[in-house]
Amino acid sequence: MDVVTLSRLQFAVTSMFHFIFVPLTLGLSLLIAYMETRYVSTGDIVWLRMTKFWGKLFLINFTLGIVTGITLEFQFGMNWAEYSRYVGDIFGAPLAIEATVAFFLESSFIGLWVFGWNKVSKKVHALSIWLVAFATNLSGLWILLANGWMQHPVGYVIRNGRAEMVDFTAMLTNPYGLLKFFHTIFSGYVVAAFFVMGVSAWHLLRKTNQDLFRRSFRLAASFGLASSLLVFLVGDFHAAEVAKTQPTKFAAMESVWETRAAAPYHLLLIPDVENERNSVEAFSVPKMLSFLASHSGDAVVRGLKDFPKADRPPVLPVLAGFRGMAALGMLFMLLTLIAFILSRKGRVEPGPLFLRIMLYSLPLPYIAAQLGWIVAEVGRQPWIVYGVLRTSDAVSRSVSISQVAASLAGFTLLYGLLAIVDIYLLFKFSRKSPDEDTGSIVRTARQEV
Amino acid sequence: MEYQVLWFILWGLLWAVYFMLDGFDFGTGMLQRVLSRSNTEKRIIINTIGPVWDGNEVWLITAGGATFAAFPTAYALMFSYLYSPLLIILFALIIRGVAFEFRGKGGSDAWERALDAAIFFGSFIPSLLFGVAFGNIFQGLPMDGSGYHGTLLSLLNPYGILTGALFVLLFLEHGALWLALKTDGELAQRAELLSGRIWAVLLFVAVLFLVHTAFATKLYANYLNAPFWFIVPLAGVASLGAVRIFSTFRNYGSAFIASCITIIMIVFTGIIGLYPNLIPSSIDPEHNVTIFNASSGIYTLKIMTAVVLLFVPVVIAYQIWIYRIFRSRVTPQDIEDNREAY
Repeated sequence: MDVVTLSRLQFAVTSMFHFIFVPLTLGLSLLIAYMETRYVSTGDIVWLRMTKFWGKLFLINFTLGIVTGITLEFQFGMNWAEYSRYVGDIFGAPLAIEATVAFFLESSFIGLWVFGWNKVSKKVHALSIWLVAFATNLSGLWILLANGWMQHPVGYVIRNGRAEMVDFTAMLTNPYGLLKFFHTIFSGYVVAAFFVMGVSAWHLLRKTNQDLFRRSFRLAASFGLASSLLVFLVGDFHAAEVAKTQPTKFAAMESVWETRAAAPYHLLLIPDVENERNSVEAFSVPKMLSFLASHSGDAVVRGLKDFPKADRPPVLPVLAGFRGMAALGMLFMLLTLIAFILSRKGRVEPGPLFLRIMLYSLPLPYIAAQLGWIVAEVGRQPWIVYGVLRTSDAVSRSVSISQVAASLAGFTLLYGLLAIVDIYLLFKFSRKSPDEDTGSIVRTARQEV
Repeated sequence: MEYQVLWFILWGLLWAVYFMLDGFDFGTGMLQRVLSRSNTEKRIIINTIGPVWDGNEVWLITAGGATFAAFPTAYALMFSYLYSPLLIILFALIIRGVAFEFRGKGGSDAWERALDAAIFFGSFIPSLLFGVAFGNIFQGLPMDGSGYHGTLLSLLNPYGILTGALFVLLFLEHGALWLALKTDGELAQRAELLSGRIWAVLLFVAVLFLVHTAFATKLYANYLNAPFWFIVPLAGVASLGAVRIFSTFRNYGSAFIASCITIIMIVFTGIIGLYPNLIPSSIDPEHNVTIFNASSGIYTLKIMTAVVLLFVPVVIAYQIWIYRIFRSRVTPQDIEDNREAY
């Protein structure tokens, strides 16, 4: 293995690990903010106990998201120095802005939220978790605008041997970045919804704290249904944007080899990469692929053979990643729809079978999110900045194979350890009964009621 | 003023503020075991920084991000040349953050002891290595047209180690003063006593650093050209003296502020000496990385200036507000009352 491969592997390990924690933070922060607001406006203790119960799980997850995020910023300079030098003029800005406008807000107010229960008024306390939720999502916006620029570079010129920013607004309004932002945050909401429904299902099956967990389940079901629909809708537009701006990625997503108009969609498809064709194409829907690519059934879809071999991404992981993600996305719409119908007030309660399904579905949105990133990042290859800079030209020149091998081993070891601790703690605290006595804040609240 | 110069100042300021803020977190983390006599005291100590350490650490992310956006070439070279020490710092910071959050959640003594060790090393290692890294940048890195010729071991030269020791002592003193201010009773007394002892060693090492700088680096060239700037290292020494004076009168609030000023002045002593370099080359001045040959275009610098001038004051305002909310001393009652406390 060479430095490029090892560095890519390290970036994959560290960013995929980071992205175990981010999506839950994006969605659960909003749900907790909603719960606490309901507590503040109604004085109903159940909402407070919900806030505390989910808040504890949120914090375990949040901490790992924060500490593993630093790695990503550092890595651009450490492992991808040529990339940083070449595009820092335009790519560095969104990262610096993210830290300044979003990350500060998030990290400062999470401290106030955790430690401030008895220090500030109930309203200010609820406001602080809203600020955390807002900042987390805002943080995602800047990061995905940065990533969107790598996918579809805009607002720059090549000057002085590097990419220089000439149009900041173009980067801010880059449709690729904005679509990716909405697709990503909605997928995070789906992760949070399934997390809450899954843990609630476990408690409902054991018939403990029925009121609290029924309420949590119901809230997450409607949140999850809305998010599943939105993530799919945005995903559809996102795919069309990919077809327009990254034809090689789109062709790999659907294993299209020949350019043609009115392209059909093959439900079953086995690619034969060596011979640049598909060995099996079955259950085809006429014109469907053209429709997905540009929302018009007769449109032309470009095939991989249109591009030199050196400019094509690996087909198998992109194809499999995309199909897996899309199939899971449809499953999420179905499950959240059933959950929504079953958990509406006064209707039949979700039965043990469905609860068990929801419990075991908990990891699925996590998998879908990871698959989505595989499509996005592997599909961009061999480019680090699509059409502008190749991944192989972007790596640090001064870093040796042994250094990257050692750091990759170190990250794998440390992150593996953190994963064990995280899973242990999440299991421990999600099985615990919510606190009956939620500390002095409840005592004061009871006196007020 | 040229945008590059403005950003050089901002760059120095971001790092200085980071060291000023996370500095007492590091000090507190290093002193947790030494100063505590019971588990409650251990918890009190980390709970003094509980609400703020996370926000403090973001100054590092911002300093890194600002380096990336304003001086991409310097960012690329600094981070890739200092690969190994930065990696170790990164691991230490990850372990520290996780240890704070998870210490109280494991439910066994062995777990807590293990994470206390993690807090110590997660605080000590970055303090030392940030010092080593900056000491080496002050000296210049062995780089020329063919790249970088240093190793992790070559960074551990006498001046690098001295700067590392200086950072460790600065943060220990900073943390001890913070704890004198933020804890109560016997614990606070122990912190007061220790801060006095650390101070004497710190003064010695700080003076040694300022003297050794004359021999090991070219930092003082700028000062000899414009002696006015000597006011900065002098202010560093003076504020270090003020730490002692305020401590004698047991005014630990003022002593802590003086310690903040000491850290800023010492960092700026180096920054002023570096100008106009961001990373000097120790072997070939032709290959100095300067604020002019490493900077982004003026367009980018203008946008970043607008962002910083608009938002950093807001950040400072709400961070001060949050510090004020948590201004009282942390007592056993506090951590009893808040189930979410560390």
